[in-house]
Amino acid sequence: MQKKEITFTLNGKKVWVEVKPYEKLLDVLRDKLGVKSPKYGCGRGECGACSVLLDGKAIRSCIVYAIEVDGHDVITVEGLQANGLTDLQKSFLAHNSFQCGFCAPGMIIQATELLNENPHPDEEEIREYIAGNLCRCTGYNPIVEAIMDVAKKK
Amino acid sequence: MKTFEYFKPTTVEEAFGLLKQFGAQAKILAGGTDVAVMIDDGMLTPDYVIDVKGLSSLKGIEVRENYLWIGALTTFSEVIHSDLVKKHFPVLFEASKTVASVGVRNRATLVGNICSAVPSADSAPTLLVLNALVEVKGDTDRLVPIKEFFTGPRKTVLGVSELVTGVRIPLETRKFGANYIKLGRYDGEDLAQVGVATFVSEDLEYRVSFGAVAPTPVRAYEVEEFLKGKELSDALVEQAIPIALKSISPISDVRASKEYRMHVSGVLFKRSLKASFERLRGQGPAYGTNLV
Repeated sequence: MQKKEITFTLNGKKVWVEVKPYEKLLDVLRDKLGVKSPKYGCGRGECGACSVLLDGKAIRSCIVYAIEVDGHDVITVEGLQANGLTDLQKSFLAHNSFQCGFCAPGMIIQATELLNENPHPDEEEIREYIAGNLCRCTGYNPIVEAIMDVAKKK
Repeated sequence: MKTFEYFKPTTVEEAFGLLKQFGAQAKILAGGTDVAVMIDDGMLTPDYVIDVKGLSSLKGIEVRENYLWIGALTTFSEVIHSDLVKKHFPVLFEASKTVASVGVRNRATLVGNICSAVPSADSAPTLLVLNALVEVKGDTDRLVPIKEFFTGPRKTVLGVSELVTGVRIPLETRKFGANYIKLGRYDGEDLAQVGVATFVSEDLEYRVSFGAVAPTPVRAYEVEEFLKGKELSDALVEQAIPIALKSISPISDVRASKEYRMHVSGVLFKRSLKASFERLRGQGPAYGTNLV
């Protein structure tokens, strides 16, 4: 079985890890590198719980092979909050946006990408960006409101 | 878990060599949003995966000679954010926004969408009404008109060792209006129950295409012929609907029944045609407006 050592930047630090070609980025992050914020939800790119930033863009780590990110830059929620909670995370807390929290890392990643690209999105844009992030607890409104709040303050 | 060997060539020639060497045991990987899922499901069982993301010559969106070129590695997000796309074919921006979700569009490529060739592929109806050409690298390089590209559900004219390098959309010198409208059950990730693309030029050439309601995305030539040269009116649209529906043959599946699809195809066709005509006249909803 082919194995390959890959190198990529994870939350600002270079990491080396040996992977098999079929191993998913999500599994390597969680099981080999101990980064637990991305969650396994649907396993087919549909629910958004496994979202991470790859070269600044939110992607679904459950349908990306780890070997594909060799030489690239990956950021998870652990990296975003390395220096304390971000404004976005504080807003989610203030709005009581999550109940079970399973979708939270994916929501934070997707909303972070949105606010990086467009600091002042309107509600429609916010809803479009998180349309692929499923939350089964809250009905989305407190999530949208939290992102709106950050968009207004920036 | 299905295992495979992974290759990441850096030139088209190298990729083509690997495809020739491994033949039907090889699978091309670009965004992977279909391929990785299909491998997980056991629908694809490649021994060799050829990651083409190292082929820098397949990246980008450019105006070349008399066409807009969209490289095979161009993601839907890149199409959506492209000024060239908005300038020349804003309908492609409109269609790309209906694909799955942002997190998928950041990875999924437009060319991958047509190569996967599911009948509901959101880019297909629009490419059909724009008369796109598919650039194919093989023993003999060829340009395949998109209307000949799809041969059945998940089937295309591509040979086992052929590689799509991009699509070409002929630049339009006439004024035109166009539209893509998709009905999914919800926003984000759902496949189309019906997708309709329409195009009308200032000299009243009409083009109509449907997705998800036939074994492949289809052009509706009969209704195009019927509409040709006619000013659009409410009465004309009503006459056109049954003619348009002759070109489709929807099936029932988990997303909708065939009767529902047939009905909705007429409704969306009408809405799309009106939007295209209004856009031709400089009115109508802005491109990207959800008309469902």
